[in-house]
Amino acid sequence: MRLTREEEEMLRGERGEVVEEALRVQLEVGEFFGAQEFVSVSNVHMMGDIEVMGDGGLEFLRRVAGLGARCVVNTSTNARCFDFDYVERLNQDADTAEKEKELISLLQEIGVMTTDTCINYQSLYQPHLGEHVAWGDTGTVIYANSVLGARSNFESGPVALATALTGRTPAYGFHLDERRKGKILVELEAEPKNLADWGAVGKLVGEKHQNYFSVPVFTGVEGSPIADDLKHLGASLASYGSLGMFHMVGVTPEAETVEDAFGGEEPKETVTVTDEDLDELYASYDTGDSSADLVVFSGPQLSLYELKTISELLEGKKVKEGTSLIVTTNRGYKAAGEKLGYLHKIEEAGGMVLEGVCFYILDSIVRLRVENGWDNLVTNSAKLANIIAAHKFNPILRRTEECVEAALTGRVEQP
Amino acid sequence: MSAREKEETLIKVERAAGEVVEGEALVSPEGFSPRYDLDRWTGEISRPGHAIEGENIKDRILFFPTAKGGIAAGWAFQDLKTKGIAPKALVFGVTNPVMVQGAVFAGITITEGWSRDPLKIVRTGDEVRVDPMNKRIEILRRG
Repeated sequence: MRLTREEEEMLRGERGEVVEEALRVQLEVGEFFGAQEFVSVSNVHMMGDIEVMGDGGLEFLRRVAGLGARCVVNTSTNARCFDFDYVERLNQDADTAEKEKELISLLQEIGVMTTDTCINYQSLYQPHLGEHVAWGDTGTVIYANSVLGARSNFESGPVALATALTGRTPAYGFHLDERRKGKILVELEAEPKNLADWGAVGKLVGEKHQNYFSVPVFTGVEGSPIADDLKHLGASLASYGSLGMFHMVGVTPEAETVEDAFGGEEPKETVTVTDEDLDELYASYDTGDSSADLVVFSGPQLSLYELKTISELLEGKKVKEGTSLIVTTNRGYKAAGEKLGYLHKIEEAGGMVLEGVCFYILDSIVRLRVENGWDNLVTNSAKLANIIAAHKFNPILRRTEECVEAALTGRVEQP
Repeated sequence: MSAREKEETLIKVERAAGEVVEGEALVSPEGFSPRYDLDRWTGEISRPGHAIEGENIKDRILFFPTAKGGIAAGWAFQDLKTKGIAPKALVFGVTNPVMVQGAVFAGITITEGWSRDPLKIVRTGDEVRVDPMNKRIEILRRG
């Protein structure tokens, strides 16, 4: 890779041991992918919680903080494993909670803003077309690349942190024009009307194209999808297919026309998604004994608009005894939701609103499942339905209104 | 192994990083996620129904056609290394940036792309050598 004088200084250790180590890791990754140079980034978003980092990650953080590491660009954190106000109520592990607290304080010591949100693109920062960033959490990356036209690869925790310390990332993958061209044409004959429908589309396309560089191009989209729709589509594509980018003709900034989106090349494949495909997908979930043990709105965290919708659907009603309802959002939206009365309506109905966490990474999740007798998990998030199966829940994807209905009746039926 | 057999079983890889390593091969026809397929305390492939369920990854050279899972995998290899249960190398048909970042950070050799399908050549238990600098994998001894 071609290095600037500044980068050579870093490699010689003139900016300290930690910066040298960080750049060496980045250089090796860049060379693996054939990068020619580094690009400066304006913003870093990293995954740094005790569940993903483990004791090894915590030890690493202790060492780099001790060596005086400092972020040189604005760096925020993704959702984590604890809402500390709920540790006792959820019966989470107290020792792990202490480790999470230490981890947060170490991150703050090196200048990381511990915002604990997986919807930074809705609540913190919206990079512009062509802006280079280094984001972690697949849902944030696919949103940045696709909807905002910014440029990021999946930057996993240690490398996102390295980027925060060096202010640059190797120019490979989605930083390059070539990789951003569409590969697959998706004719959307279905008319998604609900967040769950958008997630379902993401599942249908992502599952069949499990390749980071697949880049589907959606055509035939009716109307104008809103940010929450695109967030659920992106999160699902990334979750089921490890995809890092999509185009939507007439909607996303690098796809004014189909030709723009494919950059003059021909689609490698064409797929069609119909309303019948969506119906079939909803019907494919096994509802077991039809009991709605747990209803979850999470993955990604809810926007203020989603909180408003849920609160209106629950207003003046009660969650069925024996059924739990959990909602997760970030600190800012929880505070705003409180001021606007949304929180009150959800809690009054018997729901629990957690901040700064995502459901599937909650500490002690398996124990929580067993202790509470949670088997069927009803959600409007296709992403959550995918990941949570790893913890042996039985996920059932349903539209938002149907999820609330399941919480109120304690039942989830076949469509 | 004869010189001819060695030649016929040589695999060239497209991309590679890390040190030269030798070790016992563990070959999987199914992809891998260090989070969803693995017991991260024992190093055992634990997901029910995984093609190599029950095998342990410790000190072995792992062959997987694809990488699965999201960004959280980045910290996982360092954690495995701290716990003393890390593999010696990861050999992928197709991988993603997260696996590469995680492996490089943890100092575990990793390669992507292969000239011959290891499933047809390498058997679990064979002694193999991964040479990232020369982008080649050879079988040293049959297991």
